[in-house]
Amino acid sequence: MRIGVMVCHCGNNIAATVDCEAVAAAAREFPDVVFATDHMYACSDPGQGTIEKTIRELKLDGVVVASCSPRMHEVTFRRAVERAGLNRYMFEMANIREHVAWISLDRKRNTEKAIDLVRMAVEKLRYDRPLTAKSFEVQKRVLIIGAGVAGIQAALDCAEGGLDVVLVERKASIGGVMSKLDKTFPTIDCSVCVLGPKMVDVGQHPRITLHTLSEVEELSGYVGNFEVTIRKKTPYVDWVKCTGCGACLEKCPSRKVPDSHNEGISTTTAITIPFPQAIPKRAAIDPTVCLHFTKGTCGVCKKVCPADAIDYDLKDEVVTEKVGAVIAATGLDLFDHRKCGEYGGGRYPDVITSLQYERMLSASGPTNGHIQRPSDGAEPKTVVFISCVGSRDRSVDRPYCSNFCCMYTAKQAILTRDHIPDSRAYVFYMDIRATGKGYEEFVRRAQEEYEVQYIRGRVAQIYPLYPLAGPEGNQLVVRGADTLLGVQVEIKADLVVLAVGAESAHGAPALAEKLRISYDAYGFFLESHPKLRPVETNTVGVFLAGACQAPKDIPASVAQASAAAGKVLALLSKDKLESDPQIAQVQAMRCIGCGKCERTCPFGAIRMRELRDGAKRAEVVETVCQGCGICSVTCPVRAIQLAHFTDSQLLAEVNALCRTWTETTGS
Amino acid sequence: MHIPTPPLDLEHARDASFQAAVASESGQCLASCYQCGMCTAGCAYTPDYDVPVHQVMRLVQLGLREQVLSCRAIWLCASCQACTTRCPNNIDVARVMDVLRHMARRAGHAPEANVKTFADSFLASVARHGRVFEAGLAAVFAIKSGRPMQDAGLGLPMLTRGKLALIPHEPTGNGKAEVAAIFARFNRFADQGAGRHSHDDVQRSGTPKASANTPKARSDTAKDSAPTTEDGQ
Repeated sequence: MRIGVMVCHCGNNIAATVDCEAVAAAAREFPDVVFATDHMYACSDPGQGTIEKTIRELKLDGVVVASCSPRMHEVTFRRAVERAGLNRYMFEMANIREHVAWISLDRKRNTEKAIDLVRMAVEKLRYDRPLTAKSFEVQKRVLIIGAGVAGIQAALDCAEGGLDVVLVERKASIGGVMSKLDKTFPTIDCSVCVLGPKMVDVGQHPRITLHTLSEVEELSGYVGNFEVTIRKKTPYVDWVKCTGCGACLEKCPSRKVPDSHNEGISTTTAITIPFPQAIPKRAAIDPTVCLHFTKGTCGVCKKVCPADAIDYDLKDEVVTEKVGAVIAATGLDLFDHRKCGEYGGGRYPDVITSLQYERMLSASGPTNGHIQRPSDGAEPKTVVFISCVGSRDRSVDRPYCSNFCCMYTAKQAILTRDHIPDSRAYVFYMDIRATGKGYEEFVRRAQEEYEVQYIRGRVAQIYPLYPLAGPEGNQLVVRGADTLLGVQVEIKADLVVLAVGAESAHGAPALAEKLRISYDAYGFFLESHPKLRPVETNTVGVFLAGACQAPKDIPASVAQASAAAGKVLALLSKDKLESDPQIAQVQAMRCIGCGKCERTCPFGAIRMRELRDGAKRAEVVETVCQGCGICSVTCPVRAIQLAHFTDSQLLAEVNALCRTWTETTGS
Repeated sequence: MHIPTPPLDLEHARDASFQAAVASESGQCLASCYQCGMCTAGCAYTPDYDVPVHQVMRLVQLGLREQVLSCRAIWLCASCQACTTRCPNNIDVARVMDVLRHMARRAGHAPEANVKTFADSFLASVARHGRVFEAGLAAVFAIKSGRPMQDAGLGLPMLTRGKLALIPHEPTGNGKAEVAAIFARFNRFADQGAGRHSHDDVQRSGTPKASANTPKARSDTAKDSAPTTEDGQ
């Protein structure tokens, strides 16, 4: 065998603490090595060129590159080797950057370790065999989880691109947080007016299958061939018959149910349609409050329904769908301000969240767009906005910036002055983060044109003025600091709006486990690379869109949704995908059919095949196997080997290392 | 009259070792303060402070040692811990104020002399009797603070209601000795501590400012962070 070795300097990343020339010189002494050199940047065009030229000129059978992590450039070098006519698996990489140069400054010992790693790579390469990828069919369908603005955008883009879309939404209607907003910054255009037509498109698109009141129970399979199990919770209404006329809502006697679409500031009925623009516009019963389910009485809705759609005996339905790719677009939830005792901890009715205020501002909201204090329905004249409630706050374990609160606070302050011209709006802020297009100008407009008083400081306490000032007082005292003046300030407010920060959607970590993707300490899904792979995850075929990855405003969510759709369209534009040949292989002669591998495989990639004589043998489903190697170490007779990581290859590496140990210690 | 303030030459004015000393003595990461003003907003004494709490933190961040150690705010702090409770960065602000008070003592600063005098008198009383002797403390503090009659009006009503004893009510059994042992241990620690890091403070500060108000002028040496033992009985 003829092996070539290239030791990379990686500029100064490796060369500063490793003697690369010495490593190359040592490599020349290893068995089968006919050529070894060092290079400033092995991954550069000249570096790859040298590799290709040397393979051709010296008729090499395999190449070792000692450089960075395989996660970084293994694919790069495999392609280079392939261009020169070798099989891409006749290549080994020794990581002398992350595993050597970056972790120690001891040049002598670093060089020794780098030589050891190269020796191991050479020894493994001597046992490498050419491997060939197989190709498999893909499902040209995509699953999108969550139908807020990101999920809607991704669904429409994928459907327009010719893919069938399975759109799953937990709530009864699609629309997400955006459907609750009144206006959007920085243009102050009506939120549901721009979202509504997109929602209708989703409802009508022939390529989109919509599952609302549904959740993903399980996802199995792999890129190109996922199988998803979806639980459709029953609305106790036959949605094929239901016309959304609303007759049942008018007659339902349970009228004290907090309305979740209105963030609990109004009540609704036990059978309900979430909002006028809901898609699908169908009634659903909440069995936790419905008198028929809680007390076994009533049944009014069934009597009044002109379409005879109500059916109390309906059961949850479980459906399975086959898809080729998945987009997670599960969005966000809001910080629960009851954790903040200084703002009343939810005890004062006139301290409300920004989203509750948004519903109040909305013409289709419970107050028809009139701003009213929840306590007495009066029109507030002094409204105080407090930023960063549950954002940038380590004491409540929310150290991150929620990204969009500065902007919606400015918008709400503008709308306050718009709705009630003789009102005063105050904003307590720490920093104003207005980095989007037209955002800074928007905040300045709030300050200059709408005379919103911004106060640089935080609020430490809110307490009711009443009973100190008599029943007519009924105001809240907001005590904060103006850090620019260095004084305490107090405002007697009629209404306090808390700019609550964003949290990951509840249940997000559990979904991430099902999708086998990573998530951070706060439940936000992790992208594959923060800069260069922002919509991919570490599970091939699963993509991210919107605020499930990090708090995002509407433009950013829509942009990421279209990006994810583009990625899915590119992936599924191919009729066949290539599988990784680094998978488990069974030697049928050795297999004793014990079935341990089948039980231990986390991907269900091994099944037992029965021979004609009744004996059993393990069999690997090549497209399902992920190459993790668990079966290989479980097998009691070493009948399963992981291609490219066989026992002989790994032992060759271990032997190489032990030989060095024996030589240097003399023991 | 307006006194023009020249621009602060940060490169020369700041004392990085001061910031490090406050950080290590308090165990708090001062760099994590982002000046939101929550401490000032919630502080009961902000109206009385010469420097609001968040600016005390800012002065420490910038290492402006003399300005911090000579301010009145650190002596007026009641250690109610509202700032600590509410700080969004989990900084124990009250602890930082406490550390600054100790540093100011060692540096000979005590702009609120009465606060310091009271603390000294209180501890001296405890050291001597094993528990505070209120009547003695009141008398000593009245004399030392230069306002001998300030609490005199309260004496008779408290005596008649049995709220004040004229004889020290010392702990029984081993109690007094155990308290004395605590003071001895603290004094030993303070001596070592002074030897380790406070000579600089003493030398730089020169004559203690607070001594002008105290009849016995032996306060404000490095050792003085430990309680004195005479209580003027």
